Order: sequence, then C-alpha cells, then structure tokens
Amino acid sequence: MKNILKSTLAIVAVFAAFTSCNNSGKSNGKSGALSSNIAEKVYVAPGEHDSHYAFISGGYSGNLTVYGLPSGRMFKEIPVFSQFPTSGYGYSEETKPMLNTSHGFIPWGDSHHPDISQTNGEIDGRFIFINENNTPRIAKIDLKTFETTEIIEVPNSAGNHSSSFVTENTEYVVAGTRFSVPIPQRDMAIKDYKGNFQGALSFISVAPETGNMDIKFQVLMPGFNYDLSHPGRGKSHGWFFFTTYNTEEASTLLEVNASQNDKDFIAAVNWKKIEEYVNNGGGTMMPADYAHNVYDEHTHTATSTMKKEVRVVNPSEVPGAVYFLPTPKSPHGCDVDPSGEYIVGNGKLSANLTVHSFTKMLAAIEGKKFDGEAYGIPILKFEDVLAGSVEQPGLGPLHTEFDAEGNAYTTFFISSEVVKWKLGTWEVIDRKPTYYSVGHLTIPGGNSRKPQGKYMFAMNKITKDRYLPTGPEMEHSAQLYDISGDKMELLLDFPTHGEPHYAAAMEADLVKERSQKIYNLEDNKHPYAAFSDADAKVVRKGNEVHIYMTTIRSHFTPDNIEGVKLGDKVYFHVTNLEQDFDVPHGFAVLGQNTSELLIMPGQTKTSVWEPTKVGVWPFYCTDFCSALHQEMQGYIRVSPANSNTPLKWSMGEDIE
Amino acid sequence: MKKQNIIMIIAALLPLGLFLFPLWRITLEAPQYPTPLAMNIHINDFSDVHPHDIKNINLMNHYVGMQYIPDAIPEFKIFPAGILITTVLGLLIAWKGNYKWFLGWFILMVVLSLAGMYDFYLWEHDYGHNLDPKAIMKFTNPDGTQMGFQPPLFGSKDILNFKAHSYPQFGALFLGLGIAAGFVAYIVGKKNKSTA
Ligand SMILES: [Cu+2]
Repeated sequence: MKNILKSTLAIVAVFAAFTSCNNSGKSNGKSGALSSNIAEKVYVAPGEHDSHYAFISGGYSGNLTVYGLPSGRMFKEIPVFSQFPTSGYGYSEETKPMLNTSHGFIPWGDSHHPDISQTNGEIDGRFIFINENNTPRIAKIDLKTFETTEIIEVPNSAGNHSSSFVTENTEYVVAGTRFSVPIPQRDMAIKDYKGNFQGALSFISVAPETGNMDIKFQVLMPGFNYDLSHPGRGKSHGWFFFTTYNTEEASTLLEVNASQNDKDFIAAVNWKKIEEYVNNGGGTMMPADYAHNVYDEHTHTATSTMKKEVRVVNPSEVPGAVYFLPTPKSPHGCDVDPSGEYIVGNGKLSANLTVHSFTKMLAAIEGKKFDGEAYGIPILKFEDVLAGSVEQPGLGPLHTEFDAEGNAYTTFFISSEVVKWKLGTWEVIDRKPTYYSVGHLTIPGGNSRKPQGKYMFAMNKITKDRYLPTGPEMEHSAQLYDISGDKMELLLDFPTHGEPHYAAAMEADLVKERSQKIYNLEDNKHPYAAFSDADAKVVRKGNEVHIYMTTIRSHFTPDNIEGVKLGDKVYFHVTNLEQDFDVPHGFAVLGQNTSELLIMPGQTKTSVWEPTKVGVWPFYCTDFCSALHQEMQGYIRVSPANSNTPLKWSMGEDIE
Repeated sequence: MKKQNIIMIIAALLPLGLFLFPLWRITLEAPQYPTPLAMNIHINDFSDVHPHDIKNINLMNHYVGMQYIPDAIPEFKIFPAGILITTVLGLLIAWKGNYKWFLGWFILMVVLSLAGMYDFYLWEHDYGHNLDPKAIMKFTNPDGTQMGFQPPLFGSKDILNFKAHSYPQFGALFLGLGIAAGFVAYIVGKKNKSTA
C-alpha cells in the first residue's frame, strides 16, 4: 500500500515538472497565461521611478531626449546642437557661444549617436557624448546637470557620422567622416574626386578628470565614405573599426555607382600605435579653423575659442597601424561584441551578416597574408579574417547590439524586424517584427563590456498607424522588448521626439544619486549676478543698459525701470535667488526678438532686448512658479532717443 | 573620591554635549516637499538640516506674513553662558563634596531648563502669531480669530498644508542625562550618609 502511494506521488511529481516546463516555455512566447501581464511589466506606479534611463538622440531636432524604461515616459529634452526656446539655450548671451563654429553661429544640428563615458569598459554615467553630422561637431553632456557643457568642431571632416563612440576608458571619442572631401578644402572639379579627396578619422582625447575634449590627431584616409565605427574592447582594446562604403570613389549617383563593388572594407585602426607615434612628435600640424566651446557652470557662461591648427597623420607614416578587412556589401553598422573578439559588419546589400574575428585578424597580420593594398594600406584576405556569417537572416541588416549571454540582436530595415542570433554558432534564435523600418536598437550597457540585459528597444523610422494620426507628420516611435527570456517579447510602443537615431541607456542608479538639484548661489561667479534684492541695479554704459535683476517667489527686483531710450541695447541679467529643487523662474519682455529665459535656482542668464517702440512695456515670469506667479511681473519704460528721462529703478515703493 | 562626587562630576559635564549636538529639531512636511524642510536648534545657532532649508522655510512663510528666522537671537549668548556657569558650579560643588548641594544644583538645572522651554515657547508664539499685516494670505480660525502658525513645543501638529514636528535631539538627551545624574548623585550621597 505504502509503495503504491509512493509511486503515485512520483508520477504526480513528474507530471508537475513537465507541466511547469511547458508553462515556462509558453510564457516566453506570445501566448500563454502570463502574456496578459505585459502591461504590468511596463507599469511604473505614480511616484515610483523607472529602473533605467534611455538617452535617445533627436536626429534632425539636434537634441537629446531623456526617457525612462520600462515606462517609455519622456523626462526631458536636452538641447545640444539646436537653439531651444524652452530654456533660452542658444538665445541667451551665455549660451550663444555654444553654437559658434568656423562658419559662424549655427542654430541647428543633426545629432546622431550618443555614447556614455566608460571606465574599464563599463558605463560610468559621467558624460554622454553625441555627434553632429551636418556641421561636424562633438558635444559633451554632463550627467550631473543634464546640460551640454562642451562642443568641439571637427575640421577636415564632412558628415560626422561614424561618431561619437568612446574607447573603454574614455581615452578618445572618435569622429569619422562620412563624406570624403578635399583636405585642405579648396576650389576643385568634383569629377576629380577619385584619388584627390580624403577621409579624416579624428581622435578626440578626453581629460580623465574634467572630461575636457581636444583633437589629439586626425588620420587622413583614402577618399571612401566612413559610415559607422566601434572601438575594440577587452582583447581588441586599442583598435577602432570603421565601416566604409563607396570604395568605388564615385562622385555621382551613388545609389548605383557606390554599389558596384562586391566587397567594401572595415578599416581597422590601431589607435594606440598612432597615439605613440604622435606622442613621439609624429604627424604634422596643418592649418585648420575650428571652434572649441566650453560652458563654465560657475560663471554660467560659455566661451568659444577658435583653434588654428590640427595634427594630421598619414597612415603610411605609421606602418602596421591601419588595415582593411573586406566586408560585403556596403556595410553600414560596425559593432564589436562585449568580449572584443567579434566585429560585425552589416552589409546593407548583402544577404548574409559578416562577422570578423579579431584573433584571426591579428594572425593574418602576423602572417602578412595580404590581398593587395589600397593607397598603401594593406588589405587582408576575406577568408583569413572571417569568423563566420549568419546565413540569410533578413533583409537590409543595419545595426547589432549584444546581451550578456553571448547573443546578438540585429535590426533589418527592409524586412522591419529584429533578429536574435548566437555568437559563435551563428544560428538564428528568434525574430520579432518592428513597426516599421527599424534603424538602430539599444540594449542598456550594450555598447560596453558589460551589457545590462533585460531590455532592448528598437527605434523606427516610420510610425503610420501605431498611434492616433496627427496630420501628415507623425512622431517616430521606439519599441521596447523584454529580452530576459529565450524569445523577445514586445512590451511597449512609445513615440519619440525628432528622429530617434540611436540611443544609449543604462541603469538609473548610475546617474540619479549624483543628479544636481540646484546651483549654489555662493558658487555663482557670473560677472552680472545679483545675490540679493539689495544688489539689484541698473547701470548705463553708453547706449548699453545693464539691468542686474533678481527673481524669487513671487517678484522681480526691480519691477519698475525707467530711463531706457530708443536705440539702447538693454541687457536683462536675471539671477534666480531660489535654492530649492525644481523652482526655476522665467523671464520675457514684450517685443523681444529672442526667446524667453528659463533660469534655474542659483543661476544667472542674460537676455538682450533692443526696444523698437516708445512705451511702457511689461515683463513677466513665464514659468508657473508659485501661488502668486501671475503677480510676478514688472514694467520697463522706453522713452524717445533724445529725451532726458533719468535712469530709475524700484521695487515695492509708492504702493501705500 | 566618593562615589557621589564622581557621579556629580559626570552630571556637571554631560550638558556640555549641547555644544556638540543640536538641542531640538522642527520639521515641516508637505506633499510638494518630498524631502521635508527642517531646522536644528543648537545652543548657539539655527542650522539647516538639508542645504538651504531655513531659506526655503522663510520663503514659504512669507505668504502668511511670518517673520524671517533670524541669523541670531539673544538667547544664543545667554544659553551657552548659562550652561558653562552651571557646569563650573556643578564641578565646584562636586569638588567641595556636600551631597545636599547636589540637590540644589539639580533643582537649579530643572528651573533653568523650564525657563528655557518657556522662553522657546514665547519665541515660537511670537514667530507664529506676530504676522505682517500686509501678508499675502490671511487665514482665520473657525471662531474668527487670526490663525497662528506656531509649531508645537513638543510633538506634531497640522498647520495648513504642512505637518509640523517638534522633537528634542541628542543635545537635549545630554542635558537631561546630566540633570538626572545630579539627582542620582544626591540620592547616592544621602544613602552613603545614612549608612555611614
Ligand atoms: Cu516666477
């Protein structure tokens, strides 16, 4: 009897085991009991915080937007390369220098690839770097304040696309040129492109403590298009890889003429070797004009310095520093796995995904197995460097990111899908559709030696029917997938601002504890700051009128100003005396030709107003700051040019 | 040295802890202040619990016409002097040694502490009731009298959208232990006397 009971129990136990296996298998697929809790997986209750930050570039908006994962909520838009009326960035006197270039003041940029600073190959959450494509620039955003604090222009470059990726100790941010151009720029026939144009790969050093950027050297490469890039990591640290297209060096109808070669190249650059050469005085200084703009958070002011020369290196001067890896066919994405062994080249026009082996590459270099050369740069044999290929995984592969389990995730633009495959075996494990036409994808930490798993999001170029229509123009979309199981699971669709070109993401804890809440008034070194209502004053210097103004809930000091005349240039230097988190004040005056100011606690910002009409004009606080926000206002009187109205200012007088 | 004298020395020294730790803390909680505003009251100073708390308390209080919390009050000179004098006094009588004086010191300390509490109450009352007649917002009690914004002397209390807490801190513990030790010294002395 006892035995019967025992064996029955055993059978039940075995059944239970099988049943639970089945269930867990199902829960990773799209059917099954657990699929109904998808909403819960992205639900972040009111007052709770998301577990991850996502920093999504705005493409043609020139900005960077901050989202929470898994909720998909947008928290902030950080202006980088474009004027931003919301805060006065690029309009206020202090921030105008940020948008200075050798071509003058440029109020717009095309921001593409954000990348977070790293220490020992892991994301450290200190800075985000992002490139500007159209007028080549690299910006640094300080993740303490979430403000753009430095922008450096890149000379000799055009279409700064294979950029801005950082090496594993943030030694360098790279800026590779998409368009090759005459270097130095000159007036010449476009048909003479071939052999005459060059491509500059710029290595911008980052000072370890301050993050200050400086162009250390540029490698002047053959006149191909350098599309995307990635630093080596781990064993391949010290190398940088760049995909190329138009190795045909065509200069017209590129969709045909740049698609002729069966294979283009991935350029492998041993930057450590070139760095050593440069440290020993190698390379030549070449005249160049480029702007270096730095924002000082103590003076709350940016300064723009014009640089006059740049160090250039011809790769033939440093034998063994640059090699070409043949890669089919017009490769776009260039991605290195967390171990640093595999270099994935996604041939846009190729049926297969090509993966090169770093170890094999070193062996081939060692054995000098070259397949000729291009402009003096050795070409390695395709078969010698190939690690393997993923056979016919989809149409139009673009970009690959990695999880911590040795899997890769590649986007396919034409077939609108993400395909998960295994490194080493090259087998496809899963595929999920995206809606629609996906470009980049991001895994938090996926661009480092230590991916932070769990989530992946795809950034789509076309939105169509996914949301309520908003006329002919729709915001683009991102789609969040849970990648913690064997199969990817679509969790959420969320709209993004501008073109969500690429994103960097990380665990929130790396940033949120360090996030600054106010600027200390004691640290405010702005030359026109006023530290209390008693410091408020109006000073005339010729036809310039400087108003040292303070704001605090709920008044401006002064709030009555007289003695300004037509033809004057009026500078409102507004200091926010608040020292409480999230209490900015705004400032705008009627007829202003710029934007409002939005001034953070402890900060000073300046708006220039050139009145064009006689009258008494109001100014007011534009940010709903307090119960008496509506009362936060004042008047400025403008008299005719030849009048003798004395300069006067006051606050709180004559109200009895 | 006798046991009671040693205890008395400790009793006289303990209140000096007021120079190391705050005496009292007033905390103001409201939904829009996820980190509450709070100020510490020391024997010779007011201080922020989080950076800029006092500035932000002042800013918020100006709506109802409360005075700004001053940088200094006369008590900041009187209290430290009082503590130093009673400590010296305590050490003197501990040295002199008659336990009956210990009771005297204990009573003096209790009286002075009560006086200090009363003074604190008066200050609080003035601060919470002596409002600017041009205050932006005016509130009245249900009986028509002007609403006061006095924080509690001890405990917690709702004031408009705020919940105010007023509780002793480490410094007060040192003072209390000192006073209690004075009494213990007296009891021990008395016991030794009767058994001798
Ligand atoms: Cu305001």
